[in-house]
Amino acid sequence: MSIQQQVTAMAQRSAIGLRKERTTGGISLRVAGVSKTFNMRGSTVEALQPVDLEVAAGEFVCFLGPSGCGKSTLLSIIAGLEQATAGTVYANGKEVRGPGTDRILLFQEAALFPWLDVQRNVEFGLRQAGVPARERAIIARKYIEMVHLKGFERSHSHQLSGGMRQRAAIARALAIDPAVLLMDEPFGALDAMTRDHLHSEVEAIWSATRKTVLFVTHNVREAVALGDRVVVFAPRPGRIVREFHIDLPRPRSLEDHGLVDMAAEILGVLRQELKEEGHGTSH
Amino acid sequence: MAQVIDTTITKNSERRWSWSWGKILRQVAFYIILLLIWYTLANSGIWPSYLFSDPTAVSTTLVSGLGDGHYVEAIVVSMRRLAIGYGISLVIGLMLGLFIGRNRYIEETIGSLVLGLQALPSACWIPLGLLWFGLSEQAMIFVVVMGALFSITLGVDAGVKNTPPVYLKAARNMGASGIALSTQVILPAALPAIITGLKQGWTFAWRSLMAAELIYQTLSLGTLLEGGRELNDTAQIFAIMIVIVVMGVAIDTLVFAPLERHVRERWGFAN
Repeated sequence: MSIQQQVTAMAQRSAIGLRKERTTGGISLRVAGVSKTFNMRGSTVEALQPVDLEVAAGEFVCFLGPSGCGKSTLLSIIAGLEQATAGTVYANGKEVRGPGTDRILLFQEAALFPWLDVQRNVEFGLRQAGVPARERAIIARKYIEMVHLKGFERSHSHQLSGGMRQRAAIARALAIDPAVLLMDEPFGALDAMTRDHLHSEVEAIWSATRKTVLFVTHNVREAVALGDRVVVFAPRPGRIVREFHIDLPRPRSLEDHGLVDMAAEILGVLRQELKEEGHGTSH
Repeated sequence: MAQVIDTTITKNSERRWSWSWGKILRQVAFYIILLLIWYTLANSGIWPSYLFSDPTAVSTTLVSGLGDGHYVEAIVVSMRRLAIGYGISLVIGLMLGLFIGRNRYIEETIGSLVLGLQALPSACWIPLGLLWFGLSEQAMIFVVVMGALFSITLGVDAGVKNTPPVYLKAARNMGASGIALSTQVILPAALPAIITGLKQGWTFAWRSLMAAELIYQTLSLGTLLEGGRELNDTAQIFAIMIVIVVMGVAIDTLVFAPLERHVRERWGFAN
């Protein structure tokens, strides 16, 4: 057996070992009285009124609302990348005091590092954690395969389509094996077909890994297609107005009648809220 | 998908290629006309030939200077000074720019000083260099360092300040901090602006080195220029000026232009 063959065989054995190895499942989250105010030219802007929210381990929760409703702010606070003005976030019962690799935030612009290829992007978090290079490469390969980017390991961000960038970003997040995925309108800039395709992939990954997912969107059908629960936000001031439990069977189809009806109901609530807000500010 | 990408790249480069042939032809024609005018003027008898050599005399000097190796030796001496000095300012400039860009107090103090010194033409450092280091190799290198340092520092500073916040958030979220955050995220993210600073720094360093070499009389490009003046040899002055221009253009097109193009493409700026 040549050295090359031996190395390949070794890598294959480790890859199989990894596949058997269980990934970290989701943890619970508790948001207790979290609010956020900004100071803009002397006046105070209430971005988010005090919010209370419980998320069970492994639950898929969608934050739905128009822009300016504080849903992304809340996600950043849960990620520990932004400070709450008041209140506390608990992850698995422990107070969140800053960013941590147990909660990984995904962005609308994917935020792949353009100076690294896909492989090295996916390895980034592992490198920070001090995982040895060989092991890093094996883990990264596994997740690149999982998001169907095999063959693009050496590609750079500018050579990928928007959908492929998001796949790579998902692989980069999963490689760290977080307990919580915080997705901030990750598919907002993609075309409808690519988005639908990625929905089923995210659903499949979530089913397989049972991680806790918080998914921010302004697309009602997206929220209903993905979430166990949809939390509806309203703007000015940002606040939670309603919650919907989505008991539709999975995997879900966007054409499913139950899904369409549910989306219509939620859209009605959202319209009502926006209308009331319009009246409220017109005096 | 990969194939689609490949074909677009080929198409683009083909278009650029065919376009540049027309450009090259026009440029060649322009320089032939320029040489003809120069030749006619130099041989018109208005000025004596020792004040205004014609292109044939310049090319003879150039060929013999390059042929007997002493121009090459001068080029090596000047390039060596440039490489050492530039290397030093690269290291200092990267660190200084990173500190200024990341720390408000350093920015308010050292940052303002660097901004002020940047306004100083780099040839102004020559008298100080000569006083401190005497007529020596160190003085030449000092001039190069001072010529390049502030441009590089300010380039790094600008790049660091304009790092897209989303990269920083993603990196911090994935556990990057301290030196790893600086070297693996902030500096690479700043690379487009850093290269602009590097390019400007190199131009300033090259210019001030040529000025300094007029004074320090050992074999170098600047000294050959000064030697031409002392010997009333305009052919040599022209020849060395051509060498200096060619060296400058060569470094620009062989080092900085490809680097800049590569980074701009990879960082996703349309060009």
